[in-house]
Amino acid sequence: MEEVKMQEAKYEDFKIENPMKEFARKFLKKKSAVVSLGFIFFLVILAIFQPAPYDIDETDYDNILSEPNSEHLFGTDEYGRDVLSRIITGTRLSLSVAVTAVTIGAFLGSILGIIAGYYGGLLESLIMRFCDILFSFPGLLLAIGIVAIIGPGLTNVVIAISIYGIPTFTRVIRSSTLSIKELLYIEASRSIGVSDTRLLVKHIFPGTLPALIVTYTMRMGTAIISAASLSFLGFGASPTNPDWGAMLSTGRDYIGVAPHMLLYPGLMIFFTVLAFNLLGDGLRDTLDPKLD
Amino acid sequence: MSSPLIQLKDIHKTFLASKTLFGENKYVHALNGVSLEIQSGETLSIVGESGCGKSTMGRILNKLLNPDSGEVWFENNNITNYTPVQMRPIRKKMQMVFQDPYGCLNPRMKIKDIVGEPLLVHTNMSKKERYKTVIELLETVGLNERHAQGYAHEFSGGQRQRIGIARALSVNPRLIIADEPVSALDVSIQAQVINIFKRLQKEFNLTYLFISHDLSVVEVISDRIGVMYLGYLVEITTKEKLYKNPMHPYTQALLSAVPIADPTHRRERIILKGDIPSPIDMPKGCPFSTRCMYAKDECFQTIPKLLEVEPGHKVACHLKSS
Repeated sequence: MEEVKMQEAKYEDFKIENPMKEFARKFLKKKSAVVSLGFIFFLVILAIFQPAPYDIDETDYDNILSEPNSEHLFGTDEYGRDVLSRIITGTRLSLSVAVTAVTIGAFLGSILGIIAGYYGGLLESLIMRFCDILFSFPGLLLAIGIVAIIGPGLTNVVIAISIYGIPTFTRVIRSSTLSIKELLYIEASRSIGVSDTRLLVKHIFPGTLPALIVTYTMRMGTAIISAASLSFLGFGASPTNPDWGAMLSTGRDYIGVAPHMLLYPGLMIFFTVLAFNLLGDGLRDTLDPKLD
Repeated sequence: MSSPLIQLKDIHKTFLASKTLFGENKYVHALNGVSLEIQSGETLSIVGESGCGKSTMGRILNKLLNPDSGEVWFENNNITNYTPVQMRPIRKKMQMVFQDPYGCLNPRMKIKDIVGEPLLVHTNMSKKERYKTVIELLETVGLNERHAQGYAHEFSGGQRQRIGIARALSVNPRLIIADEPVSALDVSIQAQVINIFKRLQKEFNLTYLFISHDLSVVEVISDRIGVMYLGYLVEITTKEKLYKNPMHPYTQALLSAVPIADPTHRRERIILKGDIPSPIDMPKGCPFSTRCMYAKDECFQTIPKLLEVEPGHKVACHLKSS
């Protein structure tokens, strides 16, 4: 057998563009997403350190329903409590409810989605029909229904929001899994003899991460709105808690005399949700290579 | 002669093409009764044009696909009905190298993890031992430790294909199924990768099933060559016999299409008329009858059997068997 004569090609020094660096470079171009990320970061700082100027339960009966002034930047409520302090303290509550609820929903939804996408067949039909059932309810109505069944309270709000987040994640992860499992490197791994569990955890799941991160961020906004809505309707945090939704709910009674009681918590919810949605958009544009 | 390493016995495989509510479903006939055997240490190449069932055959050998009927034997075991769990120890002995070097490596894993994955699955090596083995493997295919930390997208096509080869080698397989391993590469890189294949065969005593559509590549690497057409194996023999004395009209046409690097050399080029028939509506008789210049009545009526017309030379053609 004749040997093919061929000079071995020189291995040129390859310049690595670190995937993380590339991601950062693209992401920094998205101005609104960067600003949103900054705002969310700011919220997280507020939630952790809670730099509230007043104690949230400190009442000042001389200054009931006073308008914003130099002493109380966002004014006071019907017991003379500082609105700014309550908003700052409430950040922790709102964020933690949203994070917990979305994480639980993402966890369960991803597992269901990846199983439905990978195994297919009857299992997939069952899971997807279950999601269709959850989807057929208007989102908030489903959460209200769940809370109505298991009773009001913050924990139950978290449970309700988690459950109604599940089908979104299941659908996204399933479609992602469906496209990834047809890729050649999955077949290559199967030909090596990799077990199903390892295939799902090590090869397919990392592939669905971009979709998961984007959906997660987007759902954060929805979860915050839902939690606030439930509190507003009286299903969630009790009015004594410094919850943004609950503050809106009490402020409603004083809308004529003290609109600031509604305005500031409302703006807070508005900006937080907007920030999460813009960040989600930015992440999707950065992580989705098809848009390049 | 010792018993063959791997044997296919009368493999049929169809894929559902379209489902109809009334009448019969339509099927793509990917493989129609293919039988062959590969001896330990040899290189069998399968050539044929796109869609003739070459890749399907490779996937059936590795049990990535299950045949509709027929048997797959590996080391004297009938593995046709093995479950994925039973297949795992078998897969250690037969690894695959894929056509597309860009798609067959997980873009989210480091090279050391990709090459080390078979070791992780099939052996009890510690992380350190695995890493050491991975570096050795990378060096065998002309890469080095520096490359181990990289991701697939940092490498050229040829380098990726060598990473794929290193991965296939990691568990000391007996058989490597190479599904068009060089067709996605530049010609200069093709030669490089083929040289690696040849060197490794000597070093590790490997058996190759080499699937290709490029006859000039096949000529360099093969011991025996099988020619496929429309899901049939139409001719199989040693490389020398096939190139000197091709018997099947299709093989003759294929060989006449191989360019020869000699401008003064003149020869008759056999130009086939028409297109390859659809594998959904197969010809009634010989699969090649629609395009064969020698076809006679018999060819349109009955399917020729793959018969040994001289020692070590099998052809499926009515003209040769009668």
